[in-house]
Amino acid sequence: MTIVRKAQAGTMQSSDLMVFLEPAPELVIEIESTVKAQFEHLIRAKIEEVLRERGVGAGRVRVTDRGALDYAIQARLETALLRAGGE
Amino acid sequence: MADSRLRRSLLYVPGNMPSMLQNIGVFRCDAVMIDLEDAVPPAEKDAARRLVRRFLEGFRERNKEVLVRINPLDTRWGLDDLREVLPAMPDGVRLPKADTPEIVERLDTRLTEFEEELGLEIGRFKILPSIESADGVINCIDVSRSSDRILGLAFGAEDYTASMEIERSKGGQELMNARSRVVWAAKAAGVQAIDTIFADVKDVDGLRRETEIVKGLGFTGKSLVNPRQIEVVHEVFAPKPEEIAHALQVIDAIQRAREMGTGVISLGGKMVDAPVVKRAFRVIRTAHAQGLVDSVPDEAILHG
Repeated sequence: MTIVRKAQAGTMQSSDLMVFLEPAPELVIEIESTVKAQFEHLIRAKIEEVLRERGVGAGRVRVTDRGALDYAIQARLETALLRAGGE
Repeated sequence: MADSRLRRSLLYVPGNMPSMLQNIGVFRCDAVMIDLEDAVPPAEKDAARRLVRRFLEGFRERNKEVLVRINPLDTRWGLDDLREVLPAMPDGVRLPKADTPEIVERLDTRLTEFEEELGLEIGRFKILPSIESADGVINCIDVSRSSDRILGLAFGAEDYTASMEIERSKGGQELMNARSRVVWAAKAAGVQAIDTIFADVKDVDGLRRETEIVKGLGFTGKSLVNPRQIEVVHEVFAPKPEEIAHALQVIDAIQRAREMGTGVISLGGKMVDAPVVKRAFRVIRTAHAQGLVDSVPDEAILHG
């Protein structure tokens, strides 16, 4: 699928995250997190996995994380993707 | 028809809050009701149902019953709620605004369709209809018998008082007739009766008083808005020592009766028959769930 418009999903509560998507010629992933030092690589891996499963190869993906677990990262990114273009 | 699972405490968990969802395993309630309805604003319905699905898929050690409160099926969200969440295998659905048997039948049909699609046993998903309007109270007797999936009737006082254009008081006199009717309907249909929430989380004494009143009416459990309410409700629904002692005597007596090949026996001059034994088992199961007795005798003797 393709990111055709700006979209966001999630909240700033603890254990949650906000995902911001916008169209871009290449894939760019930016991560801000309260636990960035320890967990950035895991958050990035989860994001990349979801994008790969949905065939998303381009777009700007910005994440502000408040200590979300994998299921929440997946759910918020999936919701943002649906809002950004439809599957 | 109805199962006899213990449901004293049914805790609402907002569907769009990861911090609450991921504590579900830790809460010591008998059941949770993950809320996609009132706790989720319209613009976040899609996000909440996806979050709940992903959470439930990973929640493998199911140590309590999991119900999902969907949006009513006549809204544009209700069917999507089912489609998204049922593959993650909740135990059942709390159906808001179950004003008529037809509303429950419509959900029953949908659940059957999803069970067929998912290759599940028909009847796998249970229904807890919410009686929360004047119409609902009037029709709850028919609603209670409208589907084999119904595990109980839940009374919802907040919406009910709104539909009656009255205020809800701490004493709850204005709810007495409606509560009684819901309990009659539930008992007559052989299903459980779940009372409404008590919204003031800080008022522990008020919660205790209200829970004692509804237990006296025949309710078997209560909907809760905060995990801090669980303990009080369990305390009130806990059988008293003399109730437990009597229940154990009844079960012992019926076991002896079975050995002698009879269905009825007298205990202390009073007849012990099937309904008395059934009640005794309910007392012991409740006591066991609260660690008051070590084990529950084999219920096979209930059926001879």
